[in-house]
Parts: sequence; C-alpha cells; structure tokens
Amino acid sequence: MIRVVLPHHLRTLARVDREVALDVKGTVTQRAVLDALETAYPMLRGTIRDHTTRERRAFIRFFACEEDLSHESPDAPLPDDVASGKEPFLVIGAIAGG
Amino acid sequence: MSKVRVLVGTRKGAFVLEADGQRKKWVVSGPHFPGWEVYHVKGSSADPQRLFASQNNGWFGQVIQRSDDGGKTWHQPGTPPGEPQKPPSGTAKGESNKFAYDASPETGKPLTTHQWYDGSQRPWEFKRVWHLEPSLTDPDMVYAGVEDAALFRTTDGGENWKELSGLRGHGTGPLWQPGGGGLCLHTIIEDPKNPERIFVAISSAGAFRTDDGGTTWKPINRGLRSDYIPDADAEIGHCVHRIAMHPSRPNVLFMQKHWDVLRSDDAGDSWREVSGNLPSDFGFVIDVNANEPETIYVLPIKSDSEHFPPDGKLRVYRSRSGGNEWEALTSGLPQRDCYVNVLRDAMAVDSLDKCGVYFGTTGGQVYASPDAGDTWAPIVRDLPPVLSVEVQTLR
Repeated sequence: MIRVVLPHHLRTLARVDREVALDVKGTVTQRAVLDALETAYPMLRGTIRDHTTRERRAFIRFFACEEDLSHESPDAPLPDDVASGKEPFLVIGAIAGG
Repeated sequence: MSKVRVLVGTRKGAFVLEADGQRKKWVVSGPHFPGWEVYHVKGSSADPQRLFASQNNGWFGQVIQRSDDGGKTWHQPGTPPGEPQKPPSGTAKGESNKFAYDASPETGKPLTTHQWYDGSQRPWEFKRVWHLEPSLTDPDMVYAGVEDAALFRTTDGGENWKELSGLRGHGTGPLWQPGGGGLCLHTIIEDPKNPERIFVAISSAGAFRTDDGGTTWKPINRGLRSDYIPDADAEIGHCVHRIAMHPSRPNVLFMQKHWDVLRSDDAGDSWREVSGNLPSDFGFVIDVNANEPETIYVLPIKSDSEHFPPDGKLRVYRSRSGGNEWEALTSGLPQRDCYVNVLRDAMAVDSLDKCGVYFGTTGGQVYASPDAGDTWAPIVRDLPPVLSVEVQTLR
C-alpha cells in the first residue's frame, strides 16, 4: 500500500486522518498516486491538481524521502521506499499567506 | 414563531447566527470551513434548509459546499453527507468544484481573452466563486458568479456546473477588465415575475441583462457616468459594486456604483443618479427594505482611495423616497474612530415587520437593526473580516 500524508485542510475535506493508504496498480508515479487518491476521495479533485489540465496547483508541493519531487515528471517512478510503503508521499501546502 | 438565520462568510470561515423574530438574542455557530475564505453563503428560498457556500483558498482552490439541514452539517454536492473514512463509492464524482469555461467550437470561441490592467489581452482563468444565487423556485438550481467574470449554473444541486457562455460571448467580453478586487461577477438577481430575466453585475464591466433565461445578454449601462474610463458614458467598463431590487417591483433597480448611487425604473434600460445629499456616494452595499419598496439603504465610504467611513463614523444612510433624500442612521453604531469597510455582498434584509437590516464589516462586526435601521446593535464583534452577509426569514 502507498502511504500518502495530506495537509490539514485536505484531511478535513476528505474526513480522514493524517495519512491514507492507497492501492496503486502498476508503476508507482506521482500521477498514479494522485489518480488513486482522487478516485478514493473524489472530494479532493481540483484541490491538488487543476481540474482540467491536471497540473499541480501553484502552492502545492510533493515531498518524499527528504526530496522535493514537485518538479519531477508526473510519470517518473517514485522512490522505491514510497513504492514499498516504507516512506510516505507527502502533499504539502506551501508556507505562505496570513 | 418566526426566526431569522444570518449567514456570514468571512476571510477565515463561515458563521451562522440565529435568533427568533425579536432579533435580540442570538446563537452563533461556526466557524464552518475554518481557515478558508468563504466569499458567500446563501439559502434556497425554495427549500430554506438547503444552503450553498463558496469555500476557497489560494492553496487548494475552489470548493462548493451544501447543507441540507440549515447549516448544521455540510458536504460537497455529489459526495454523500457524512461520507466515511473509507473511499466513497456510487455517485460521488468530485465534479462539484469544477468550473470550466466553455471552450466548445460552437459557443466557446472566441471567448479566450479579456483585457488586462495594462490594456493587453489575457486568457480567462478561473479563480473563485464570488456569489451563489439559488433559484427562486428550484432547490437544485443555483447560479454562480465567478472570477474571472462568468456565470455558471447547476441544475443538480451543485454536483455539476455549466457556463452560460452567452454572457461572455455577447460581444464586449474581450473589453472587460478587472477592478481592484479582480474581474468578478458579484451580483445575480432573478426577476421573480419573469423567470427568463436575470440581471448580473461585473467589476469592472458593468450591468447586464438576459431576457431568455441566460442564452443571450446585453449591457444595461445607459446613464452611468464613470470618470475613470476614457469615455465616461461608454457601453461597458463601469465598476458596478452592487444592484438591489424589491421583489414586488422587478423593473425598479438600485445601484451602488464605484462612485454614484443610481436607480432605474425600466429594468436597467436607463439609469439616473440619486446620490442626493449623501456625504459620499462611494460605497459597496445597497439594499431595499422588504416592506417598503421605496426605502433603500447604503453605507457611504469615504473614497476609492480611503476605504473607510467618512469622519470615522459608521453610518447607514436610508432614503424613504427611492433616493435623493437621505438620512443618517447612527443609533448603536460607532460614531468615532471607526475605520472599517463594508464589502459589496455584506448587507442583507429580512422580511419581518419591521424589516431587519444587517451588515458585516472588515473589522469582524455583524450589526443588526430589528427596526428598519432606526437602532443597531452588534450580533458579534470579533469575527474575521466579513465578506458577505445573507439573511433567511424562517416562518
């Protein structure tokens, strides 16, 4: 299972705890994880990626294994430790605003 | 026993304020959607327990919320109420937050750009829902006014939204440009006597009307003068802040423009200024007494450079003659050192006798008058900055 950690506001929208577990088929990529997340929790559609373009929203970041993966290709394989469930895939809201 | 329910949208969540018909003792619930900007919350007059809310922030974008129990619980339309920890199944589709501009070859072109501040053209880009206007008769139908300015409609209770692209496409769309608050469609008024007729207002494009249920539109800005645009009498380009109508007289409209208070007696075909003796005719809100169609309310703001009340005195002005002659209403409102603003969607009236009048400030106060403006008292003093106020009269 893939572990995904969501920021506070998305946990509230999805009515879940800090971390969710997802079953991802095939190669574990950003796109595959986010597709699985939005399938399981459709109320999150549009909040992480644009509804139409499917591009990451500007103030969202993706971290895993102490790396910022935000600018990696959405189709690049995620680290093995994420794919194995050892490490979570973190969806982060940028620190900004008041 | 009658009740009133005041729906308040703020910079950091929504609040529901309830009282009986005396409107003296209030029960406050919230914040709902804490930490999110809530531009607007409004109830359906066809089903008063059904409320719609526009929840937004810069990180996660637009979320539409619906309550079917008067604001006690909320859910995203299409996602069943109380959806559990496990992945939902069935009808949930997650489309309720999707506001996609019409880009179809048949109706969506060339609706690709609008004017930017510097005169260049810029693509239309959805940012947020400013205003939700439920149908007067159908609890599943709601209109949404959005930024960048466009009008959307749902016919399934908010699960899916479709643009009424005839508004952007009627011809002047590429000339619209944003006001200081963005290119926003903030006012939607349905004609209770003619379901085919809808009025909308856009900052800073002006007012528009459809007479065929939203398919085709025309500007209705004749009589508006705006010195901040090259041609002060232009067909479009006016920064309309708010329009109000009394349901018994849908051809009579009242407008608070950036500067100037105006009225129309012909459904917007022509306007005339009724600012009269106001201390400033700049402002954002305007509303009509529910029991007296010629009694209207505004809240003068000093200027477009100084967004606070003149002389530090928070004064609602009332005209009992449909404009021109105005009286200051000050009892219970701060008359010194007050420098809040009252934004365009932040005044509303109930339909009790006497008419209740309500407004919210950027300082977080929500004031109520149970006697048509004669006296005022704060319901709450310390909310986040108030973006919108709506009232439901429950009988």
